[in-house]
Amino acid sequence: MSPLNIEKGSSSHSAYDLRSHMSDVVETHTLAILVANEAGVLARVIGLFSGRGYNIESLTVAEVDHAGHRSRITIVTSGTPQVIQQIKMQLERMVPVHEVSDLTVEGPHVSRELALIKVEAKDESRVESLRIAEIFRANVVDSTLESFIFEMTGTPEKIDAFADLMRPLGDVRMARTGVAAMARGL
Amino acid sequence: MTQMTGAKMVVEALKEQGVDTVFGYPGGAVLPIYDEIFQQNEIRHILVRHEQGAVHAAEGYARSTGKPGVVLVTSGPGATNAVTGITDALMDSIPIVCLTGQVPTFMIGSDAFQEADTVGITRPCTKMNWLVKETDELASTIHEAFHIATSGRPGPVVIDIPKDVQFATGEYKAKPKVSQSYYQPRVKGDAEMITALVAAMEEAERPIFYTGGGVINSGTGASQLLRELVEATGFPITSTLMGLGAYPASGEKWLGMLGMHGLYEANLAMHGCDLMICIGARFDDRITGRIADFSPNSRKAHIDIDPSSINKVIHADFPIIGDVGHVLEDMLRIWKSRGRKTRSDAVKRWWGQIEDWKKIRCLDYKPSEKTIKPQYALERLEALTKNHDRYICTEVGQHQMWAAQFLGFDDPNRWMTSGGLGTMGYGTPASIGVQVAHPDALVINVAGEASWLMNMQEMGTAVQYRLPVKQFILNNERLGMVRQWQELLHGERYSHSWSEALPDFVKLAEAFGAKGFCVSDPADLDDAIMEMLAYDGPVIFDCLVEKHENCFPMIPSGKAHNEMLLGEAETQGAIETGGAVLV
Repeated sequence: MSPLNIEKGSSSHSAYDLRSHMSDVVETHTLAILVANEAGVLARVIGLFSGRGYNIESLTVAEVDHAGHRSRITIVTSGTPQVIQQIKMQLERMVPVHEVSDLTVEGPHVSRELALIKVEAKDESRVESLRIAEIFRANVVDSTLESFIFEMTGTPEKIDAFADLMRPLGDVRMARTGVAAMARGL
Repeated sequence: MTQMTGAKMVVEALKEQGVDTVFGYPGGAVLPIYDEIFQQNEIRHILVRHEQGAVHAAEGYARSTGKPGVVLVTSGPGATNAVTGITDALMDSIPIVCLTGQVPTFMIGSDAFQEADTVGITRPCTKMNWLVKETDELASTIHEAFHIATSGRPGPVVIDIPKDVQFATGEYKAKPKVSQSYYQPRVKGDAEMITALVAAMEEAERPIFYTGGGVINSGTGASQLLRELVEATGFPITSTLMGLGAYPASGEKWLGMLGMHGLYEANLAMHGCDLMICIGARFDDRITGRIADFSPNSRKAHIDIDPSSINKVIHADFPIIGDVGHVLEDMLRIWKSRGRKTRSDAVKRWWGQIEDWKKIRCLDYKPSEKTIKPQYALERLEALTKNHDRYICTEVGQHQMWAAQFLGFDDPNRWMTSGGLGTMGYGTPASIGVQVAHPDALVINVAGEASWLMNMQEMGTAVQYRLPVKQFILNNERLGMVRQWQELLHGERYSHSWSEALPDFVKLAEAFGAKGFCVSDPADLDDAIMEMLAYDGPVIFDCLVEKHENCFPMIPSGKAHNEMLLGEAETQGAIETGGAVLV
């Protein structure tokens, strides 16, 4: 349907937005949602996604303004342009939601994820895993004779790449925070 | 600084909000509030027979008055029974404030007796809900709840109040003179977009107004403005099930209801128009039919107070976010200031086309001298009650569609029906809520016998409060709409769509202390209806109708507006397998 062949996961940053409103190309968007920090607000936001069949690829939430009782939820979601538009509208009309920003369309933004990656590393693979960690600027936060835990921050793709390189060396287990994102500039 | 108990705060806050009626059912977790209700006379409490009935009654009250409906129920089963009504109010955008009791705060989470996670259960079916844990916050939460339920797109809210919060003493906070809430939806539409729409109206050759429940919700002023705009422009107007009465059915420009069981001329006009002006409606699947073929050659304007309604289903060329009343006022003002222009010759030709469609006489049915046709029963009901101060409720099914087709509504707030959720059992309690609000009016619930049985316990409420509601049951001893779909879609295999053990409705009426009538001969119908109207008290009117009558016209699921079925002859193979998966 779409005149442009935009791959899944990408988004048009062209000034000439030629995408059809009813396009069936699935895009990934990062949404920053400022909400009142009150009981049940996270359940309300997540319930919207599950109730209406929208995707959540990643979710982070924490209080960001204690005095003002504000929390910030960062959601990475995917859908056709029409679905993304609906998600934003549905979020905006929720009573405890103060602001919804679509970082993907609003301009350049920084997005980071923190991961703890436990790698089974014995014998010669210990050195190799440390070498890869150095390249990725991952820190060792725990070490035993059979394993390391690395801490690293980066884009989800960087963390994926790191884990992919570690896997041939031994068993890899991960804890990831999900993406926190913010628009660049003021 | 006014100190009082939480229970007293509830009553004070309701009084301050101007509440005169509460529909409810007591139980352990709301006893302190009931104790306060006992000790005052300003708020009238109507004891229903089931909590679902309380919410539907409050909906009937709200829809017929334009004021929010208030419900008071206990914890656990009281709250869960109310969920269907709350969901119904959410789907139809009806302002409801539902107060639920909860087990004491220190017992929450312990699986206490009659404990349920009420805020968790009602989160997806309310506009907003709260669990109040501090008595100091109770009054302000109730005031905020009324503000949220009634502003923007209206809807139901739930306030869950633990029993210890009701007993404890705290500070009562009065209703703020100006709302302090950050929730302040935009009511004024964008002037530039409205001007663009007016310019499109000036050029339109085949325009149509398509209006919905949003016009009713915006208040009687919005209906007045709509009438003025329609008369001034001379454009045809159709409406959804929810919007009937905003423009009078006796009006010259009225095409009748549109949609799945809407009128032929209304649906074809929607299909063939070049400018569609949607006002306070939401392009529901019952309206659009097959999306890909929905009104293919028109530009579409969508006026709605809820931004998420716009572009949800159908792309809007003129999206206008705002309150219907405010936007209509601006449309009229701008249109007048630009010289009141329309393409009157083209619009006249358009009307000529519409008059041709009307000649099909899509509501015609085969009359019978032996059995009462349901359409005939409604025609007679219409003729004999037209001049009364009349309110109509319905249940859900064939009778509901026939009522929408055959009864005329000349004013808003006169038609109460479960549109979005399609809740069988809605009509009886709704009629009770309407009658409470309008004690001297004629309130009729047009019902099917199957739907009616779902909340028939509310006849007890009608009798207790001497509410002379007329339950007009079109009894075909079938689940008529289910049966119709089984005939069209499932090879005439009538799986569980009839009941073999219906009660004797006349005896049932007498058992409740009401009056019963049973009619089966068309010749007796008028006299029986007159007797029903003359009887000063609640009535169950058992009208035995043709058992296998189908409701036409019909747009089969998955078909477009111009693929309507008009009668029995056309039904063979009408719904293809693709359409069968749709509801």
